[in-house]
Amino acid sequence: MEKIVVVGGGIGGTVVANRLANDIGSMIDDGEVEVTLVNDTPHNVYKPKYLYIPFGLSHTDETKRPLTEILNHRIGLEVDPAVDMDTDAKTLELESGKTLDYDYLVMATGAKLVPSETPGLVEAHEDDTAHWFYNPEGAEALRDALQDFEEGHLVLSVIGSPHICPVAPIEFPLIADAWFRERGIRDDIEITYTYPIQRSHGLLSVTRWMDPIFEDRGIDTEYPFNVEEVDPESQTLEAMEGELDFDLAVTIPPHAAGADDLIENAGIGDEGGWVDVDHNTLECTRADGVYSIGDNANHGTSKAGSPAHYQAGVVAKRLASQIRGEPPTEMYHGKTFCYIEAGLDEATYAHFNYDPETKEKQLPKESQLIHWGKTAFNETFSLITRGLI
Amino acid sequence: MADMEPDETVDSRDSACPGPLMDLVGRIKKSDPGTVLELLTSDEGSKKDVPDWLENTRHDLLEIEDQNGHWAIYVKVN
Ligand SMILES: Cc1cc2nc3c(=O)[nH]c(=O)nc-3n(C[C@H](O)[C@H](O)[C@H](O)COP(=O)(O)OP(=O)(O)OC[C@H]3O[C@@H](n4cnc5c(N)ncnc54)[C@H](O)[C@@H]3O)c2cc1C
Repeated sequence: MEKIVVVGGGIGGTVVANRLANDIGSMIDDGEVEVTLVNDTPHNVYKPKYLYIPFGLSHTDETKRPLTEILNHRIGLEVDPAVDMDTDAKTLELESGKTLDYDYLVMATGAKLVPSETPGLVEAHEDDTAHWFYNPEGAEALRDALQDFEEGHLVLSVIGSPHICPVAPIEFPLIADAWFRERGIRDDIEITYTYPIQRSHGLLSVTRWMDPIFEDRGIDTEYPFNVEEVDPESQTLEAMEGELDFDLAVTIPPHAAGADDLIENAGIGDEGGWVDVDHNTLECTRADGVYSIGDNANHGTSKAGSPAHYQAGVVAKRLASQIRGEPPTEMYHGKTFCYIEAGLDEATYAHFNYDPETKEKQLPKESQLIHWGKTAFNETFSLITRGLI
Repeated sequence: MADMEPDETVDSRDSACPGPLMDLVGRIKKSDPGTVLELLTSDEGSKKDVPDWLENTRHDLLEIEDQNGHWAIYVKVN
């Protein structure tokens, strides 16, 4: 019997497992193949909804679902954090002490926040002046802080690089701008957006779209701005290039791969700690039989849900071919699709791949129709994780 | 073959979003002073982006090398 283990039950992990359950379902039923998904909690979480929590437009409860509801009945589930991996013996060790053998393994443990990497950020967070919305606790604390914020300087600062969802830091100030306007307090609030390089976004097409909109809405920009430290007492962001005072800082903290210790100990990571993969086959370059998809992998495109979803489809097809004894031919070419909210009721999107020309393609004008597209997509996320779309 | 002897390589060939410069910025922040980084990029725009960004920082551009379809940009972290 061949054994496939998927580590991580987020967007990438659930899609790859459920697609396998369909593609090689009869082989699983006949006992020729076993597919097991390992997740550290009983839930699948859908992070894109965290963006809306600070504004009271979503709630943490709406972002998670039991994995047992999402996973196909053919998939075995282990709710037990993966803690170690031996790529020669092809075994995965779980926190409970259980060991799983594998012929093929898919690493899909996502990314996590490491605010402690920026001195002073955690202290400022404890003082309730610096926040983030990239995890549920952070998004809820920011929601509470925003309730009381009626005047002053709000700074959205991209500190970590790489970070997940490259467009959420643009969406936040645009939604905040509209939200403050709705409440009649926008004139009392100054909004500044900071970014580490010498333009407003890494993607040229996004820069060209956002610059006139930010100007029009009165959102100031400060770049290049590389925060090295936060001074919680004076409420100052201290960057390589200068300083910026804030009343409320909304930060994108530094990130690390989920299961970063396991990745390092197993020797499958690059120098930055992300699983090193071939950008087209998504096979780990440092271990046999290991694939990696989504935010924990060093593929060439955004750390976002859409690449995790598309990569999962590619890896499921490759694995199905390998299980059938056929050469795997499916390849990933960097396909990425990101909706971008431009306020409370309009949005645009960026669509690109590894071809540098696609990074310069003009974004469509923001519209309500595209906003509804994003809303509908977020509401139907379990269709994605169940591998149906 | 590169003449430079980098301590670490940041392979950003194919890097679609947010791009090679952001990959480099992230790595520099994690590197010790004195480290020589090699950024591999298939985006020609990096030949301008990276030196422009470095001008505003304390880090040094050492060399840009054309390597048949992609470029290697060497940077010393200070
Ligand atoms: C505010 C916000 C807005 C976003 N908006 C968008 C958007 O509009 N569009 C978009 O495409 N993307 C968006 N994203 C990004 C998207 O959510 C992620 O890129 C996506 O979830 C990545 O999927 P993944 O499967 O790689 O990781 P995840 O979905 O993070 O899943 C990783 C899983 O691994 C588990 N895990 C971690 N460590 C272990 C371990 N040791 N053992 C077992 N299991 C483990 C975790 O519990 C989790 O279930 C957004 C993210 C945020 C934070």
